[in-house]
This record gives sequence, C-alpha cells and structure tokens, in this order.
Amino acid sequence: MEIIVTLADGSSRTLVAGEGLSVMEVLRDAGLIEGECNGSLACASCHVWVDEAWNESLGETSEDEEDMLDVAFNLAPTSRLSCQIFIGPATNGIRVALPKAI
Amino acid sequence: MSTDVDVVIVGAGPVGLFAVFACGQLGMRAAVIDALADPGGQLTALYPEKPIYDIPGRPQVRADRLVSDLVEQAAPYRPAYLLGQEARSLSEDPCGVFSVETSKGESVRARAVVIAAGAGAFGPNRPPLKDIRDYETTSVFYHVAQRDRFSGKRLVIAGGGDSAVDWALSLAEVAQEVTVIHRRDKFRAHPANVAAMSAHPNINILTKHQLVDLKGSNGTLEGIGVGRIGGETTVLEADVLLALFGLASDISVLRDWDIAIEGKVLPVSAETCQTSRDGVFAIGDIAHYPGKLKLILTGFAEASLAAHSAHQRVFPGKAIHSEYSTTRGVPGSSENPVLQSA
Repeated sequence: MEIIVTLADGSSRTLVAGEGLSVMEVLRDAGLIEGECNGSLACASCHVWVDEAWNESLGETSEDEEDMLDVAFNLAPTSRLSCQIFIGPATNGIRVALPKAI
Repeated sequence: MSTDVDVVIVGAGPVGLFAVFACGQLGMRAAVIDALADPGGQLTALYPEKPIYDIPGRPQVRADRLVSDLVEQAAPYRPAYLLGQEARSLSEDPCGVFSVETSKGESVRARAVVIAAGAGAFGPNRPPLKDIRDYETTSVFYHVAQRDRFSGKRLVIAGGGDSAVDWALSLAEVAQEVTVIHRRDKFRAHPANVAAMSAHPNINILTKHQLVDLKGSNGTLEGIGVGRIGGETTVLEADVLLALFGLASDISVLRDWDIAIEGKVLPVSAETCQTSRDGVFAIGDIAHYPGKLKLILTGFAEASLAAHSAHQRVFPGKAIHSEYSTTRGVPGSSENPVLQSA
C-alpha cells in the first residue's frame, strides 16, 4: 500500500505504507515529520492537511484529536492528526499535505 | 550558586528521575535540572491524568502517580533539584569536571552528565509567525506575569483552553478590550467560565479563526492578521497578543554542547549510553541506537546502564561490587540493610 504526500514546497512523494501503520508512522519514518508523542494524542507534531477528496471517507474526528488540533498552527478545513489515520484498503493511496505557512 | 554532585542529570522526566535512583544505588549523588517547575517531564506536562499500562509490575498507573512514586524512590539519595530552569551550557575543566549552567544562573559541577531530555526542554508553544520573537519582550506574551502590563490595552488572546478563557475573564477587567481567537466553537474549559466569557461585555470572541501574521515594527504591535480557517484574512487592531497554546519542546540548546545530534536525537553506544563526547551520556527518548524502542521501560534500563558507565568516570578504577537491591537496600530503609549511603 502507499500514501502520497505533498511537501511544503509543493512537490509530491509516494511512500510505501505497511497495512496497519498510521500515516504518522509512515511520514515519520520517511523523516518528514516528528511524531513526538508516538501517537498518544499528546502533541500536534503530526498535523497534516488531508486531501479534500479523501477527507470525507475518514469519518469523524474524536474529541481528543480535536483538543490537540487546538494547539496546532497553519490549520486548514481538513486538518487532521496523521497518527489517527491508519493504512488499510480504505485508505490505500490517501493524499495528505504537510501544512505550510499561511 | 554552584552545586557539586557526582552526576548531573538534564531532564526530570521518568527516566531522569529513575537515573537518580540508579546513580544512588552505585553511591553517586545526582542533581537534576528541568525547565518545568515540577518533575515528571512529558508525563506532567502532557498527560498527567492518563493511565499507563506498560510499566513492569504496574498493571495500570496514572502518569502523575508514576512520577510521584519515582520521586519517592529517588528521595533516599537526596538529589538536588534545579527546577523551573533550563540547562543552557556545558563546559569542562582541564580535570574533566563538567559544569552545566542554567537559565537562572545556577551551575552544577559533576564528573558525568546524563542527558534525559526527552524531546527537549519545554517552553511555550510559539505560533510560527514571522518576526514573532521581535515582539516577545514588549507585546507578545505566552503567560501573564503582571496583569498591570495589560491595563488599557487592546488585547488579543489566542487559544481555546482553560488558560485562554480564565485570562480573558481576568484581563477583561483591566484591558481596554479583549478579543479571543480560537479555531473552533468549542472551548476546552470549565463551562461556567465559557458562559461568563461569552456574556462579558468587554470580550469579543472570534471562533473558526487562527493567527496569520503580526503587524507592527520595532517590537511595537499595531495589529494582528487573523484568518478564517480556509478563508479570508482580516486585521484586528491590537497592542498586545497573549498566545496560549500550551507547551512545546526544543533541543536546540544542545547544539552548542559539542555532542553529535541527528535530527532530534543523540546517537549513543548501546553498550554504555555514552554520546559522542566522553563523560556525557544520553538516555530515554532523546538517546538513539540501532533497535531503540522509545518506551519508558527502555529508558529505565538505559538509566541503569548509564549509571554504571558513569561510575567508571566518577570513581576511576573502583570496581562496582555487584549486588541486588534486595541486599543492598536504600538509605533510611527499615526493612533492608543499609550497606551504602548516598
């Protein structure tokens, strides 16, 4: 499986993503984000913008995730924490972007 | 003031606290420096009320309870705590004695340094706005030291937690006007205080918005650009910004410590936990080696390993008499023989 990430400079990369991993883990292992709290919803260092076409398929954001998004910056309407998005058949090929300065 | 100990530990998180105990068991007294005012690191700052399930022998333990137990476990070894101050610089004299200076001007001298700094020192979670540091002593703040500073000002408070709501209510009494900017309608705060804020005649609330940029020059703020999330930007006239987004961690101070850094971690030898610099060890989340697991329990083992490695430097040539804690005991313990004092 794979994910496609758009970097802050606008370029895109396709990353191989193991089923069951979070998007955060895939981005972190590629050296693109920090993922400081290791997916425990205690920081916002894995904040991404989800591609609009994919966003609706992800379902509701949990209240804990919303709380952590409160301390993220450069938000977009589709901002999510990538540690809460898991790789599987429904998310294979998902497109996300790293937040850029507004 | 200068404190002399055997080992100086940078970071009072769970791993740094256990390192105090591990050093104590080997007859070494430690000092612990932390930027936060209380021990516990991320457990205290980020998730004090969350249960932890993977501490051996503790089927479930709340983070704040684990911290208080680690402090208790370390106490017999009389650690010197230097809290609420960041470790700033590291120097070494010709005899191989290190000195760590803190942001409060204190210094700690020791023959070994153990860096247990996690993801770095906690400081304000600073919005990434252009030139924000130019305003930090004059018109952009991350906490309230003196309410008077806001008297008669047009104040913008950014954030949606308890501190944003509580300070909006408090400062609305002295400020000319208060505007609260938050990214969504819901506030993470006591409902009664949110209701009071919403009803307050001197507080404007702007939700679904975020900070975009600062307008002004030479440290004097004139306005704050705010954007509807995913939408248009407007400028609020303002004299002061209070940005309340909690804490963020930063390891940049370690770049001047003459130790190898890769990204946000320090490469160490898996056998000794020593960094690229003799006598400087790293343990816990900040230490990295092939196969590293970022878990509290891994950090505990690394603390013990680093203590043994540091012992060779603190007491050169002195053999470590191998003994289990069941027979060694701890100072002041009534049940176990006290064979070694700190």
